[in-house]
Amino acid sequence: MPSFDAIVIGGGTNGLACATRLAQAGQRVLVIEGRDKLGGSTAETDPWPGYRSPCLSHLLTHLDPRVETQMKLADHGLSFVDRNIPSTALALDGNHLVLTGAAGDTISGLISDADRTAWQGLRKRLMGFAGALAPFRAMTPPRLAKESGNQYLKLAQLGLGLRRLGRDEFREFLRLALINIADVLEDDLADDRLRGLVAFDTVLGAWMGPRSPNSLFLYLNRLSGEISGKRGATALPRSGMGSVATAMIQSAKTAGVELKSGAMVERIIVENDRATGVALASGEEISATTVISAINPKTTFLDLVGPRHIDTGFANRTRNIRSRGGAAKLHLALKGTPDFRGANLRSRLVIAPSIRSVEDAFNAVKYGEVPTRPVMEIILPSAFEAGHAPDGHHVLSAIVQFAPHEPKDGKESARNAMLENTLSVLEDHAPGIRALIEHSDFLMPYDIEDRYGMAGGNWHHGELAVEQMLFLRPFPAVAQYSTPIAGLWLAGAGNHPGGGVSGAPGWNAAERILSRGRS
Amino acid sequence: MTDPRLHFKTPLRQTPFHSRVAEANVLNKWAAWGGYTTALELSDGEMEYSAIRNSASLYDLCPMVKYRISGADAGAYLNRLTIRNAAILAVGSVHYTAWCDDEGKLLDDGTLFRWADTEYMLCCQERHLPWLLDTAAGFDVAVAEITEEIAALSLQGPCSASVLNAAGFDVKALKPFRMARFAFDGGELTVSRTGFTGDLGYELWIAPDHAVSLWDKLMEAGAPWGIRPIGTHALDTARIEAGFIVANADFIPAHQALREDRVRSPFEMALDWMIDWDKGHFNGRRALVAERNGSTSKWALVGLDIDSNVSTEGSIIYHDKKREVGHITAATWSPATKRNIAIAQLLRPYHDQKSDNLWVEVYALRELQYAKLMLRAKVTPRPFFNPARRRATPPGNY
Repeated sequence: MPSFDAIVIGGGTNGLACATRLAQAGQRVLVIEGRDKLGGSTAETDPWPGYRSPCLSHLLTHLDPRVETQMKLADHGLSFVDRNIPSTALALDGNHLVLTGAAGDTISGLISDADRTAWQGLRKRLMGFAGALAPFRAMTPPRLAKESGNQYLKLAQLGLGLRRLGRDEFREFLRLALINIADVLEDDLADDRLRGLVAFDTVLGAWMGPRSPNSLFLYLNRLSGEISGKRGATALPRSGMGSVATAMIQSAKTAGVELKSGAMVERIIVENDRATGVALASGEEISATTVISAINPKTTFLDLVGPRHIDTGFANRTRNIRSRGGAAKLHLALKGTPDFRGANLRSRLVIAPSIRSVEDAFNAVKYGEVPTRPVMEIILPSAFEAGHAPDGHHVLSAIVQFAPHEPKDGKESARNAMLENTLSVLEDHAPGIRALIEHSDFLMPYDIEDRYGMAGGNWHHGELAVEQMLFLRPFPAVAQYSTPIAGLWLAGAGNHPGGGVSGAPGWNAAERILSRGRS
Repeated sequence: MTDPRLHFKTPLRQTPFHSRVAEANVLNKWAAWGGYTTALELSDGEMEYSAIRNSASLYDLCPMVKYRISGADAGAYLNRLTIRNAAILAVGSVHYTAWCDDEGKLLDDGTLFRWADTEYMLCCQERHLPWLLDTAAGFDVAVAEITEEIAALSLQGPCSASVLNAAGFDVKALKPFRMARFAFDGGELTVSRTGFTGDLGYELWIAPDHAVSLWDKLMEAGAPWGIRPIGTHALDTARIEAGFIVANADFIPAHQALREDRVRSPFEMALDWMIDWDKGHFNGRRALVAERNGSTSKWALVGLDIDSNVSTEGSIIYHDKKREVGHITAATWSPATKRNIAIAQLLRPYHDQKSDNLWVEVYALRELQYAKLMLRAKVTPRPFFNPARRRATPPGNY
């Protein structure tokens, strides 16, 4: 049986980040990926001849700075078309609002001076809070239990950072931390387009509406991300999201990580209450001193480890990780250039005309229904650079919300209805776009679950919500990356500061594994 | 069928033996137990206790909660649930067992009956269906509560074997913790040589519609031996003499405890002898390994022998009359041993190294006035009463 210091299950960004960090520390590491392509949700596909399309994620907001620099991603080919692509809040009358710079530094378009000023104030304040929270992303969440290996110095720095906001701002932070975004937007802003855009960005990928309690925290989480030292970034990698995967794979290889794709792990081998390796679907068994799961925590414990090796309460807690997916993914191959009423296609196009539109779209999925007017974020990679579609053609990638993960009228009918409603909204904003469609591909949350192993089709491998973030992610007993089973660790987006494409949970886990090894 | 909305009119259910117990209950002393009306004392508590130790006693056991666990993984499931090895329990056998939560704290204890290769019955004091069902995820097993499907009677006392034989059930060859089946009244009677008295005795399991005829049969056959229906008070005296513990009397099930320091591990309730460390993982194992390796148990369960004849139930125990070191969970004057006995929880190490200077503070009610007593207590082995007839096979011909 081949043997490694560490086996990482799952070759997504977190798996690759974790493996590379361990290999850089001298460990012999194997990454096992079930799909044919490494890179997880950042991998690309060639669904139709002549077109390239992102699989799932199509923009980068949270690339961990340690991952970016220490994996030397730039040297391995990662560069950006733009680290802050503009956001266009689409309006049906063509009166769009365009936000440019980090997290909407400047606004162009017709908007009142009052709103312009108010937005600057709100943005600055929220960026300040997000900045104070950002260092937390690069550390293992603390625990109250004895001997938890808390990083007290870093925690003190974090606390100091929050105090440094000043008395009034700290009080504002406490007021806003657990509030819903809709209340704040309605307090501060009057413009529906701007409110709609921020409300949409807040709940992107989440299973909550802008009026859901604590939703503002998700916006802070979004703003706490950075790309190449730029906070509040919305970056489009050059030649597509796939280049993130490619660069990480190259970096892992350079560090000496062995990569094995197309090999499904069927079981984590537990002997004498210790994880000693993995068994593949092929029957092959590979042993390792450390087994690290960078896939979904539910799948890890309930399927790969299995209930016989875990306690009933722990299994219940795992089963109860909330992981409802509310986002659908649309890919279109277009045989011409769509016209979103004059909007700049080299921007992130958001259809979310008001807070109400986002909340209404969410209301439907609460009852397993398809919203009549879904809201969405659209990217046309082919508008930014050549190589994504044949000349004169375009490829459109959209995250459409909200889609029911458990539709009451059945999966097929929900998919058809959701696609129809989505195209109908698109047609309203870009008349004639339906006639341009050459191919289409539409993934509902349950399709995403089937294809990418995300429980419930939730993009973040567990809903992002205050009660499942930080030291509560995915739940307290495993929030520090270690598990009750000796030798088994978690390193996926289901752990802090997971969600999204960042590599941070993987990197944090590797640091924890290394420091625990030393201690 | 009665309207389920009228359930409040009968807050307590009646057991299948109720008509007979009610007839015998001339003192009319009733109490609620697990949702049923049960008798505390029928006609004379001392005579009822005496029947347990000197002739034969009949006790209505129906409120004990029973679960059927069946399926190909039944053994593996019970090994994950309980601390003892259920897979090696022979078909037709019974063992005492206990189960814990993730933190290794006791949820309950009970008896496990293996009816067939893939079928068990778990019998316990408290209800646990959600926990049992949650534990079943991932196992090929069906768990069902069958408390109402089985009427249970406890026939205990030195003459109990003779009574059964006279009733036509030959149990001479039946060893302790084994089961036998007999045809009865057109149905099937299961007899297990188990009980809660520490004496020779049997428990009888039958479908509810045969319950009354079984009762009548045993009362008739047992008449020459002075068989007597008994209430819970008499049984409680006998169980304390036998050193047995009861959930919610001697320990709080972890799922019911509100105060975090009230929960107890098997080590702390002297049940660690049952733990099978080699059978693979079971609920709470990791916590129990840590407790064992770190010697972090805080409490110990002990038997106490106390000066005087005043019952010490619920009393606080002091070391050197000053330092509070534990409390008594069950106590009685023991007629069989003529001692004042108690089951107690003591902080370690007052259960052994520092057990030489223990005192029990008792407030004895004497004609409307409490007298405060400090009584000397000595740690003593359990069971307090352990007659050889309990284990003899064939049983003595009393």
